Amino acid sequence: MTTANKLNDFVIKLANVNGSGSASANGLLMKSIFRMGIPVTGKNFFPSNIQGLPTWYEIRISKDGFLCRSGKVDLMVAMNAETYDADLAEVNSGGFLLYDSTWPRNNLLQRNDVTILGVPLSGMCNEAFESARAKVLMKNVAYVGALVALLDIDMAVVETLLQETFSSKPQLMDANMQAISMGYDFACDHFRCPLPLRLEPMNKTAGHVLVDGNTTAGLGAVYAGATVVSWYPITPSTSLIDAFSIFCQQLRVDPDTQKNNYCVIQAEDELSAIGMVLGANWNGARAFTATSGPGLSLMSEFLGLAYYAEIPAVLYDVQRVSPSTGMPTRTQQCDILSAAYASHGDTKHVLLFPADPLDCFHMSQIAFDLAEQLQTPVIVLTDLDIGMNDWMIPEIKWDETYVPNRGKVYNAEDLKHMDAFYRYLDVDGDAIPWRSLPGVDPKGAYFVRGSGHNKHGGYTENSDEYREVVDRLRRKFDTAASLVPAPIVSRSKKGAPDYRWALLSIGSCDAAIREARHQLEHANVANLDYLRILAFPFHNDVFEFIRQYDQVFVVEQNRDAQLRQLLSVELNIDPSRLIPMLSYDGMPVSSDFIVEAVTRQIMRGQAA
Amino acid sequence: MSFIKKPKISHPDLPKNKIGLTIRDYEGAMSTLCAGCGHDSISTAIMQAYFELALQPHRVAKVSGIGCSSKTPTYFLGGAHGFNSVHGRMPSIATGANAANRELQYIGVSGDGDSLSIGLGQFAHAIRRNVDMMYLIENNGVYGLTKGQFSASADKGSTAKKGNANPYTPIDPVLLAISLGCTFVARGFSGDKEHLVPLIKSAITHKGFALLDIISPCVTFNDHEGSTKSYAHTRAHMRETVYADFTDHHEEILTQVEPGKFKEIKMHDGGIVGFKRVDKTFDPTDRIAAISYIEEHRAKGEVVTGLLYLEPASSEMHAVLGSSEQAMADLPYEKLIPGKDALARIQARWR
Repeated sequence: MTTANKLNDFVIKLANVNGSGSASANGLLMKSIFRMGIPVTGKNFFPSNIQGLPTWYEIRISKDGFLCRSGKVDLMVAMNAETYDADLAEVNSGGFLLYDSTWPRNNLLQRNDVTILGVPLSGMCNEAFESARAKVLMKNVAYVGALVALLDIDMAVVETLLQETFSSKPQLMDANMQAISMGYDFACDHFRCPLPLRLEPMNKTAGHVLVDGNTTAGLGAVYAGATVVSWYPITPSTSLIDAFSIFCQQLRVDPDTQKNNYCVIQAEDELSAIGMVLGANWNGARAFTATSGPGLSLMSEFLGLAYYAEIPAVLYDVQRVSPSTGMPTRTQQCDILSAAYASHGDTKHVLLFPADPLDCFHMSQIAFDLAEQLQTPVIVLTDLDIGMNDWMIPEIKWDETYVPNRGKVYNAEDLKHMDAFYRYLDVDGDAIPWRSLPGVDPKGAYFVRGSGHNKHGGYTENSDEYREVVDRLRRKFDTAASLVPAPIVSRSKKGAPDYRWALLSIGSCDAAIREARHQLEHANVANLDYLRILAFPFHNDVFEFIRQYDQVFVVEQNRDAQLRQLLSVELNIDPSRLIPMLSYDGMPVSSDFIVEAVTRQIMRGQAA
Repeated sequence: MSFIKKPKISHPDLPKNKIGLTIRDYEGAMSTLCAGCGHDSISTAIMQAYFELALQPHRVAKVSGIGCSSKTPTYFLGGAHGFNSVHGRMPSIATGANAANRELQYIGVSGDGDSLSIGLGQFAHAIRRNVDMMYLIENNGVYGLTKGQFSASADKGSTAKKGNANPYTPIDPVLLAISLGCTFVARGFSGDKEHLVPLIKSAITHKGFALLDIISPCVTFNDHEGSTKSYAHTRAHMRETVYADFTDHHEEILTQVEPGKFKEIKMHDGGIVGFKRVDKTFDPTDRIAAISYIEEHRAKGEVVTGLLYLEPASSEMHAVLGSSEQAMADLPYEKLIPGKDALARIQARWR
């Protein structure tokens, strides 16, 4: 059996049973590696369940800083008998599998190209710990101990992390250290440590943090000055609201009055959640909600009202596998079309596509600014992979000069000096009217309505008056295209520009595309320019980019090539020039997938 | 006559209220409802109530859903912002608006279809949150704009214009509201403005969710014999429980009536609601008694009106949430955006 020597560059996958307390042990493992200065990311594949079903945690260690799934597993920690078979099958040839050897394994489950490491985790913990709960929990900590020896993790780092976690509960600290030592000692006594897969300290995580995108989006909303939140619990968006609430408890309680400078309301459903957001934005607060696909469907009627009546709103859609209830704990980019055109009639919405937790933070301010500048809903299309998984990102920098852009709002003074105020007049020629807020001045009073209205804000059933307003709304979308963030173009650094092919994508595909481009260049398959779209309506640069290439590979995570559809419809591009590359199995797209898809396509092109 | 613009000129001798406004300052656009519609009488009573309370029209926010009733906010308080939202969803708009600015006074106008069918969930949850607003249900038992289908408030056996009887039991918004813990519940009749105005004034002054269910006959689709929501039927079967009057703390109203027959309840701002018990056994501060009273009379085919339940010391939404006294919409950015150092402290935990 040959085993490649992999230093700071491999994947650990931990197969657990959910509700067994593995999450904190797996977090400890990942954070230890991060503290050793080695780039690392963690992805959680969990069931829509509270206790008893299979769950996996995948840790990618990459000295080169690649943050996506590679598509391979080098070391499996197989703690779930139910999935043992499949877990063993998933290990790379030459890889390792660690299992709880307290009970005998089925002899049939063998692979000659995988090294099996048995550690009697349950047996050791049953002997060492009294309470039933500790026996279960410490089993997880004990396998971390074994991995400390097997992978050469810095024991001092582990100890420090445990001290930080249990600073207020010293007895738990002792139990955890005991479990770590048991696993560590067993591994040292029974295996040749470290394995050929091993870790060595680096200095590549300085100036970086480990965080998930729902946390940074929630914090980003605090920093955007959002004050009102209404929401209905739905996986995987709930933790975004939790983050906002927790940060507000820490940062937004008035030190003098002890009153809250924020208002979080748990709604009875998503219809009500978006309704409250519209009511609050109409009344001058920055308000938002967060949901996922099913919630977006329920919010559609109100989103149409907000589009037509021109009410700002911010909605985070943390996408999950659809259709219908789908797989609530798996990721996809499947709401692109339903978000772009949410609601009946000629309705369109501004979308933002963050790629990672850093984007989630900064795009929060962009979302609120755009919503108020354009007086329309802005939907931030993030996904479960970005929102709930742990990403290594550069530290967030804050620009102290930031002032929220509230758009065109007449204040009391403005209104006093006007003869009359009319809500929907295109005063400035950019198709964005001026608004007034309730309670400010009687002259600003008008009636918001989803029924036909003319440019003065009055009710109408007159064809010309109706058309005048909806035509302006269409022009407003042109203005939006000039205000949204421009796409990011990455040119190939190798060789002369190749105008036969390019890559185009959105959101969380970015990490996998970065690595895939690197691999494709090194394998001399192709040197591809790459454009990442940040927003809809599409910025003019998107069209200009696509125009340059014979064919553009459109990578996205849904079955129906929704981004590709939107591009061809909205930019009037011949669909045959847009080659779909679709990953929609619910797992974050891997670099392997993209490398294979691109290679296949290029070979086909060359063969033709 | 809805195409005629109202002239702006008003009679110089029109009485003015405390803030120097006349009743004309509380008017809105010309109504487009059918001649004789109960809803128009309610709009008139609303204008009268705001005029008498001397509130600035622009410090009121009007919200509504969809339906005949939801059209009416255009027809009163033209100086106030209005929001005609989607069907059955006005309570969420009102809740969000109130969350953003607790300093305005909110009036929500809805109908029996809007509140008791498509919007029953939002109606119930706005009550649970005790959103500080006055919520009117202009209740006529039918869908008017779609030409006369029964609504959820139609009594069992009540007949439609074409003669078919409603086979389903009604939802009584008043009983529902009391059971949900609503802190102000009253029922009025559009044909009885004298009693309606003080009920509206009390509802406006209540700190919390004030439900006012107003029987408001639909002259076009539900005012025939056999309908239990007609003018004639309501007049014949209405049973007034209490006569409510409202005064703010600067005035003395009790001098005009016999002492001892009034019960006074102090509202949050010092205003007083006085109740004359028409039925001596009825006490509007006793929740359980109120429910049985309404049920007993309902069983006899009677419609109980008046102020039916009031909890003067209720905690409205912001009090429960612990919100700042200053409106969320008015908070300065310095209080909202924590800055660089706070961000650094937070990120230190992510290493």
